[in-house]
Amino acid sequence: MRHSACRFQFLQLKCLIKMKRFDMKKLTFLIALLLIGTNVIMAQVPKGDVLIKNGTVITITDGTLENTDVLIQDGKISRIGTSLKNRNGVTEIDATGKFVMPGIIDAHSHIAGTSINEGTSQVTAEVQMGDVVNPLDISIYRALAGGVTSIHLLHGSANVIGGESETLKLRWGVTDPQDMMFEGAPRTIKFALGENPTRGGRSRGIQPQSRMGVEAMLRNSFKEAQIYKQKWDAYRADNSRRKVAPKYDRRMETLVDILEGEVLVHCHSYRADEIYMLLNVFSDFGIENLTFQHANEAYKVAPELAEFGAGASVFSDWWAYKLEVYYSTAYNAAILTNNGVTTSINSDSGELIRHLFHEAAKSQKYGGLSDEEALALITLNPAKQLGIDDRVGSIEEGKDADIALFEGHPLSSYAIPVMTFVDGVKYFDRENDAVDQRLSVDPEDTIEDVHIFDADEQHKCMQDAEITNLYDFLNK
Amino acid sequence: MYAGCRDHKSLRFFKQIIELIMKNFITLIVLIAFIPLATFAQQATGEIRQENSTKFAIINAKIYTVTNGIIENGTILINKGIIEAVGTDVDIPADAEVYDYNGGEVYPGMIDSGTQLGLQEIGSIDESQDFDEYGNITPQMDALTAVNPNSVAIPVTRVSGVTTTLTMPAGGLLPGTAATINLFGYTPDQMYAGSKGIIVNFPNSRRSWRQTQEQADRAREQALKDLNDVFDKAELYAEIEDADDTRYYPEMEALAGAIRGEVLMYIEVNSAKDILSALEWVENRGYENVVFTGVSEGWRVADKIAEAGIPVITGPVLSTPTRSSDAYDAAYKNPGVMQKAGVKVALRSGDTENSRNLPYNAAFAAAYGMGKEEALKAVTINAAEIMGVGDTIGSIEVGKKANFFVANGDPFVTKTQILNVFIDGYLVPMTSRQIELYEEFLDRKPGLQKYPITEN
Repeated sequence: MRHSACRFQFLQLKCLIKMKRFDMKKLTFLIALLLIGTNVIMAQVPKGDVLIKNGTVITITDGTLENTDVLIQDGKISRIGTSLKNRNGVTEIDATGKFVMPGIIDAHSHIAGTSINEGTSQVTAEVQMGDVVNPLDISIYRALAGGVTSIHLLHGSANVIGGESETLKLRWGVTDPQDMMFEGAPRTIKFALGENPTRGGRSRGIQPQSRMGVEAMLRNSFKEAQIYKQKWDAYRADNSRRKVAPKYDRRMETLVDILEGEVLVHCHSYRADEIYMLLNVFSDFGIENLTFQHANEAYKVAPELAEFGAGASVFSDWWAYKLEVYYSTAYNAAILTNNGVTTSINSDSGELIRHLFHEAAKSQKYGGLSDEEALALITLNPAKQLGIDDRVGSIEEGKDADIALFEGHPLSSYAIPVMTFVDGVKYFDRENDAVDQRLSVDPEDTIEDVHIFDADEQHKCMQDAEITNLYDFLNK
Repeated sequence: MYAGCRDHKSLRFFKQIIELIMKNFITLIVLIAFIPLATFAQQATGEIRQENSTKFAIINAKIYTVTNGIIENGTILINKGIIEAVGTDVDIPADAEVYDYNGGEVYPGMIDSGTQLGLQEIGSIDESQDFDEYGNITPQMDALTAVNPNSVAIPVTRVSGVTTTLTMPAGGLLPGTAATINLFGYTPDQMYAGSKGIIVNFPNSRRSWRQTQEQADRAREQALKDLNDVFDKAELYAEIEDADDTRYYPEMEALAGAIRGEVLMYIEVNSAKDILSALEWVENRGYENVVFTGVSEGWRVADKIAEAGIPVITGPVLSTPTRSSDAYDAAYKNPGVMQKAGVKVALRSGDTENSRNLPYNAAFAAAYGMGKEEALKAVTINAAEIMGVGDTIGSIEVGKKANFFVANGDPFVTKTQILNVFIDGYLVPMTSRQIELYEEFLDRKPGLQKYPITEN
């Protein structure tokens, strides 16, 4: 039992004793509270102590350090240096000849999500991906085996304003979805521009069916949220006894939080014009925290993005799967980086997430980024875009011990990830890797399904085919 | 002459040079010596292909012949698209143009043994797709006729060193006839690399989420029956085809060619169970010239495939395991396991616009058991031999076509730059729309401000 949890229970007991009258109802209530407290204890995630010896440490923020040790205590990086003493007799890992880098962060993922799109409205700011986290998804283990330690589980792109997304740590083996969550990470929300929401509009005969409609819908939503807030502000300022509260609206609450900078916006987008449009809308409403997802044409408006301070989270080389990505270039990440835009490379795929280190290396082929710049695309930069760069994204003393070990330089296509740590706990070790890593097996499933990988299927996913199918289904 | 090789960093490089010149006069003097070299390295974009001599030599290259080892400081002599000499002791005729690569590495053009390149322009737009014809049994549908030589994806692919692809129709039991094409030419015939084969989508035991296992089994049995019926008919047709000259049955003609072994039979099959049934099917029917494609679970039955002597085109290597219970790296290991069991293996990207990732599929196969040498064969000579064009492409040998590329290192390593590509002896321009966009937008003009500039 952890100290902080003990303290929590102690306070509860103190509270119990302090009660003046013991009636059964209150007692029941308090016991319930105590049980909730126990759940909080369960939610305390494991943290490890490890000494990684003699590796080549790619810090991202402070160069590459040869023959260097990294000491991890209670899930945090406590010291980086040479010949560190193992005072507490913690587990030692010999990283001689291996590369030690910060755990990879995927700013765009849908693994571990049991559903992705709430497509019943063009604005669904009231829903949360945090409610649909599946810690048993085998894709989590496969991602860990590619050196990934955190993902941004995003809502889909069927609607202009989608639901809130969830930042996760890949703690493979936990069964409580709560234990997957990146505690303390800022709230984020998904927006979507272009073909996906307009296709949805067309198939249902509603707005938006054009990029004009997308902008109108965004402005209307924020205006509505401002009015909502004005009403609540007026209500709160009103001292009269007979005041009546405005109707509570969860959707509007979230939009107000966006306006107030409490929720980071990650917007699915492709074309330069729609990216530029959103910059204007956000400028007008004074919203600052913005990252464009996919953003295949972000390179065309790189100076504008840099000026605004918006980020871009892009594919290494995916293109031509739909019209709005036909004028793409694999040099996107390099152009953006050279123009001063905070850029990350993401997967949006249960396959690609397993080799993001290789995807990052493509920015060296396409645009000649340095090793540090290329690796920042999958570590520090996505951490910045998710607002967690004070915790992860580089190897620095005080940061979370989310670390990946590689045989061979991670930017080499021959590199093999060999160990992955989250909070100092080893969740993947190639040496001790049992073949079948499933956490749950369906007892009714006598013959295991064979799923043949289909690259086209992935591309269709990105067009949110599932949601258009749903429309077709509903229309039939 | 230094060939028109181009470094994608060159724009930045130029900017840096200019900055340096402004800063330092001594640097200027030193740099003057390098300026001609840098100018040679530039090839203006938007430029049409530069004509190269029909007779030319590549010198001072590290030549990865694939079939005859590595030649340091080697020379390749090419005449009218054919390699006339390879080695360290080659006489260069006086009239031959010379490309000095100064230690650059030369490899045979990579062959992607499974794409829809040329048949699809944009994934979500049906009007831009020509690989899936109406009907279940359409073996006569000829991919080559629908190859668009001007597809934007073709230059994007070839500047990465992939010079040849197997471009395949898809959909239905017998989708059509695939063709091997070289990625340079203005008509499909100019691109044709000399090999065709019919595609057989072998009935599979996969169950879609809509189906019960029983429904899936029934569907498979029906498909197998359809397949046998059509091949029974085709065998009969092959016997009587020449009995009179009034017969016209294009489906049967296409199949008869495969039955007689004149064209290849690419059998797409993936799960272990289906691979075993396909092996049995081929053996019972006694077909030769058979190639298995896909073969995602080949590692489970590698010995059986090797025993049957059927070559395999597998990939993408960069794919997820077929079953949740499989090791995370099952797909990475698959080619290596088959190769070590004695199967002749070629690799495919299974992609269209990103066929350029073929070398990285090879890299992962190499790292997870296949080794670099075998992985290189899997994207060159093995592919060529499997397609029956091993006498013309797939290695750097006398008498073969001049399909090769020059790189500044191992082409499977991500950051390696491809400097030049030759296809059929033609020097291919090292540009594509993706490179042109890079050059236009790296340092966009105008940037943030455009006239009239207003002060805020």
